[in-house]
Amino acid sequence: MEIFGTWLAAFFTLGIISFLYKDNPWYKVSEAIFVGISAGYWFVISFWDNLYGKLYIGISEHGDYMLLVGAVLGFMMLLRLIPKIGWISRWPLSFVVGSISGFYLMNYFSSNVMAQVQNSILPFFSSSYGQPMFSASFEQIVGNIVVVVGTFTGLVYFFFSKEHKGAFGGMAKVGIWVIMITFGASFGYTVMSRMSLLIGRMDFIFGDWLGMIQ
Amino acid sequence: MMKQDLIVYLGVLILALVFYFVITEPVVFSPTVSLILIGIIGLVLLYILIKTIRGQVFGRRTVFLFVGIAVVLPFFMSIRQDIKLSPEVEELYNAVMALQPGSKVLVSLDYDPPSAPELQPMAESFFLLCFRRDLKVIVMGLWPQGPQQAELAIQKILDRPEMASRNIRYGIDYVNLGFQTGNEFVIQRMGGSFRSMFSTDYYGTPYDSLPLVRNITNFNNIDFSFNLSAGYPGTIEWVQVAVDRYGVKLGAGNTAVQAPQVYPYLRAGQLTGLLGGLNGAAEFEKVTGVLGKGTKFMVSQSFSHVIVIAFIIIGNVAYFMGRKQETKKKQ
Repeated sequence: MEIFGTWLAAFFTLGIISFLYKDNPWYKVSEAIFVGISAGYWFVISFWDNLYGKLYIGISEHGDYMLLVGAVLGFMMLLRLIPKIGWISRWPLSFVVGSISGFYLMNYFSSNVMAQVQNSILPFFSSSYGQPMFSASFEQIVGNIVVVVGTFTGLVYFFFSKEHKGAFGGMAKVGIWVIMITFGASFGYTVMSRMSLLIGRMDFIFGDWLGMIQ
Repeated sequence: MMKQDLIVYLGVLILALVFYFVITEPVVFSPTVSLILIGIIGLVLLYILIKTIRGQVFGRRTVFLFVGIAVVLPFFMSIRQDIKLSPEVEELYNAVMALQPGSKVLVSLDYDPPSAPELQPMAESFFLLCFRRDLKVIVMGLWPQGPQQAELAIQKILDRPEMASRNIRYGIDYVNLGFQTGNEFVIQRMGGSFRSMFSTDYYGTPYDSLPLVRNITNFNNIDFSFNLSAGYPGTIEWVQVAVDRYGVKLGAGNTAVQAPQVYPYLRAGQLTGLLGGLNGAAEFEKVTGVLGKGTKFMVSQSFSHVIVIAFIIIGNVAYFMGRKQETKKKQ
């Protein structure tokens, strides 16, 4: 059974990779099966974990009748499928948007705004506040300068109320370079991640399936 | 189906059967053969560059072929790559080493099999380090397949000969609480009560029947947290809720795609160490002293990056040569 599973996995892996040669029936079959299985898997997970595990068990075993509110809102969301009374789905939607916005506003403001702003206000030549002047290493000083200059010029680039000319334009130019270098570094990481996925599949093909790797 | 397609399919099948039935032993190239192969690839790339300068255009399939070769060949090579330790990996290692034996570590595995090449080696190294240090591990997942990945990693670690003498028992030394739906709201609820989110563990055992977690109410009873994440929900949500709201000390391991998004948290001190991508996995393997797939894959990773860079150069040469020729034609 395990051998059959391995061969099946290899068949679909090669099927997906075959797209690199050209679009072909083997790829299409593999893709369709993958999408179908994924959808089925998520349906089963959602049903057993949410509808059964949380709603049914929550009400029948734990007597948590508050869950009915969620169930009703969920049902109202499905009414979008009936055009005549589709407007009802706006109510649960507004509840979801409102509550999530409130939750995210607090989280993002404290984690992604306050903490990051605080961390951008740095002493140039000290390792941290309270430490003596020039206690930071050369690398740290360079890093601090890059963070401060990069943050400031990056913000200048996004300031469109003033024409990007003269010294202001120069700063905006530095800002766009900082942004581009950041995107480049980010993309480098993305390439690394995609390569890792390919390496993982190739390790499966030549190792688990063909047994050619030590 | 075209006749050409059929021939290609048959070719692949024959090749697979040959590899499967004829080559029954693992293939290992000697360092000399490995270096010769690298030299040949380098020369072919140089040939492509010269041809490109002379105006010949190579198709995308050439790039795919070379990337494939660069990824696969190192599997059979007997060369190792020197892994340099980064401060963020060292920070995570030091944080784990600073924990007293018996400390409780919460590990959330928020990823699925597609991200396993990067994150599974991290999970294995981390569990190994925890068990070696006699730390109590509590596993959970915000992704359905996360706890399954944890089971695979833990089983692999427990199969090691050195672990046999440690007598690591489920429920006492480690627990798998399983998956819980609800994304960041699960973390939010765990801040009040773990029990409210995990009434049973991965195997259906009631929470209160597990000696390790019986007396754990919320994050206040956790000494250190580690999150392995491949996206949403993941490290960002753990930082925003568990760290910033409940003061949890958190380390993280991320796929390379996600790592740049969480680096700001590291600098701000919201994260205690970070393993970024396959490189992070290899570094952590090095620091824990157990070289696994992370280290093995890094050679392939480096090779493929060199190939990508080479083709970026070739592509740029082709572009500028093309522009030059167009300018000449216009004149």
